[in-house]
Amino acid sequence: MSKGLGHSTRAVSASWLAAAIVVAMALAGCGGRGGRRALVLAGSTSVQPVAELIAEHYEVEHPHHSVNVQGGGSTAGVRAALEGAADIGMSSRALKPDEVGLEPIVVARDAVVLIVHPSNRTTDLTPEQVRAIYTGRITHWSDVTGPKWSSDDRRDDIITLVTREEGSGTRSAFEEGVMAKADITPRALVQDSTGTVRAIVASDPNAIGYISLGMVSSEVRALTYGGVQATEETVEEGTYALARPFLLLTRGAPSGEAGQFIRFALSDEGQQLVVRAGYLPVRRLDP
Amino acid sequence: MTVARREKAIERALLVSALSAVSMLALIAAFILIEGAPVMLRHGISSFLAGTRWAPTKGSFGILPMIVASVVVTLGAMVIAVPLGLSCAVFLAEIAPRRAANFLRPAIQLLAGIPSVVYGFVGILFLVPLIRENLGGPGLSVLAAVVILGVMVLPTLIGIAEDAIEAVPRTYKEGALALGCTHAQAIRRVILPAARGGIIAAVILAMGRAVGETMAVIMVIGNAAIIPCSVLDPARTLTSNIALEMGYAAGDHQKALFATGVVLFAFIMVLNSIATMRIVRGRR
Repeated sequence: MSKGLGHSTRAVSASWLAAAIVVAMALAGCGGRGGRRALVLAGSTSVQPVAELIAEHYEVEHPHHSVNVQGGGSTAGVRAALEGAADIGMSSRALKPDEVGLEPIVVARDAVVLIVHPSNRTTDLTPEQVRAIYTGRITHWSDVTGPKWSSDDRRDDIITLVTREEGSGTRSAFEEGVMAKADITPRALVQDSTGTVRAIVASDPNAIGYISLGMVSSEVRALTYGGVQATEETVEEGTYALARPFLLLTRGAPSGEAGQFIRFALSDEGQQLVVRAGYLPVRRLDP
Repeated sequence: MTVARREKAIERALLVSALSAVSMLALIAAFILIEGAPVMLRHGISSFLAGTRWAPTKGSFGILPMIVASVVVTLGAMVIAVPLGLSCAVFLAEIAPRRAANFLRPAIQLLAGIPSVVYGFVGILFLVPLIRENLGGPGLSVLAAVVILGVMVLPTLIGIAEDAIEAVPRTYKEGALALGCTHAQAIRRVILPAARGGIIAAVILAMGRAVGETMAVIMVIGNAAIIPCSVLDPARTLTSNIALEMGYAAGDHQKALFATGVVLFAFIMVLNSIATMRIVRGRR
């Protein structure tokens, strides 16, 4: 063989080698869990991160089990559990009256909390006020709290409205809980994560946003909603209105591997993971 | 194996690699068309392109606000980038001593290497509060996106424009100087007009870069799906629309995002073909 061809063969075999490494890595990643059929969870994208966290720890404790967590939305989760496409459905809303034949198990709770800048004078908003703000009917803080300054320059008083993107679980919980079919004004700033909503509210004195209770930090101030503060107790009692359950759904009473997973989710360890993911546990934990 | 045969085999192999890149493009184009076109046709192309209400989970798919925002933001970025970039290109090609140019050129290219999320981060931490406190509004605005993009496209613009200026035959400049022009007159009256084709191509490629930029824009523009009435209003570009909502989108919502991609693809194709035509014409 001539020298020239030798060079090109070397180049070609190098690229084959690279391809082989990529394929091998992919195979190792996918096939590492052995050939057993995995336990499939599908549904709400709000429950998904919690379920993934629980699944991760469940797999550590049960090395021979593998869990596959998929999204798709609450409605898809209900359907998947009914049709048997998933062993466990996930839903971030209560079952509707026509969704029968499923065993709902509450594994966590979430509350959506309205947050403002710490310097904001507002402490409470009624459901009507929140709706008026988010539909864009109220645009100035002075219309909520009374005039902020004696001057009549209202430019510095405009509410900076922050919302989540269409399709977000937090947004749909907020819309169902507050908006009563009314649309959030398109003038609202849209952010695709809880973190950025919180960051904007923390830096803009006129901003208002909504996030999960577990994500509230000291950079922002949580408002009471209809006079009720969101806490573990008020959410559990049902007096705080903007709350929703995180459900795991099985067809009939949970049994076998699905039952084992759900028991793990309700165990002390599982509930600690719920707290770590930023949501409220359903069982009180000993400190 | 004879030498001739070996040559043939190598040529074939090269042809296959060349085609694989093109077929990748064709596949991607076909894929987003197949995914995006049906929802566009079902809701009517005109109500998709000219509708002003975007509420995909409620069945409204109007992307006019996003089209307007993409155009406005891109043109705005050019208002900042063209004067800056062009003067920089002229300086590098004509005025700067060789040593200075050799230092400046890599520095400018380094600007292209900064990840766009870093631009966005700087925008959020520095530019957005600056706008909110001094000009009013929420700060997350068209203006913030315009400034960030204006800086981001500079390397593209400067690089291509400088090449175009340097490609002007030396004799043009020498002739102009021999006729008594000053250096500045020669640049303005002779060199820049001669490099026009390439400079326009540089501007258009920079526009393509601006239209396509996603991460930095999503972080600073506020993403409200409205037609902005002032530069201090928030807006949402085509790219940020896709990136913002793709996470949870399903069904028609997801298809509508692909349809947004189709529109974006058309935008970029038009811009790139204009640029290619300009470059080809400039060479003749």
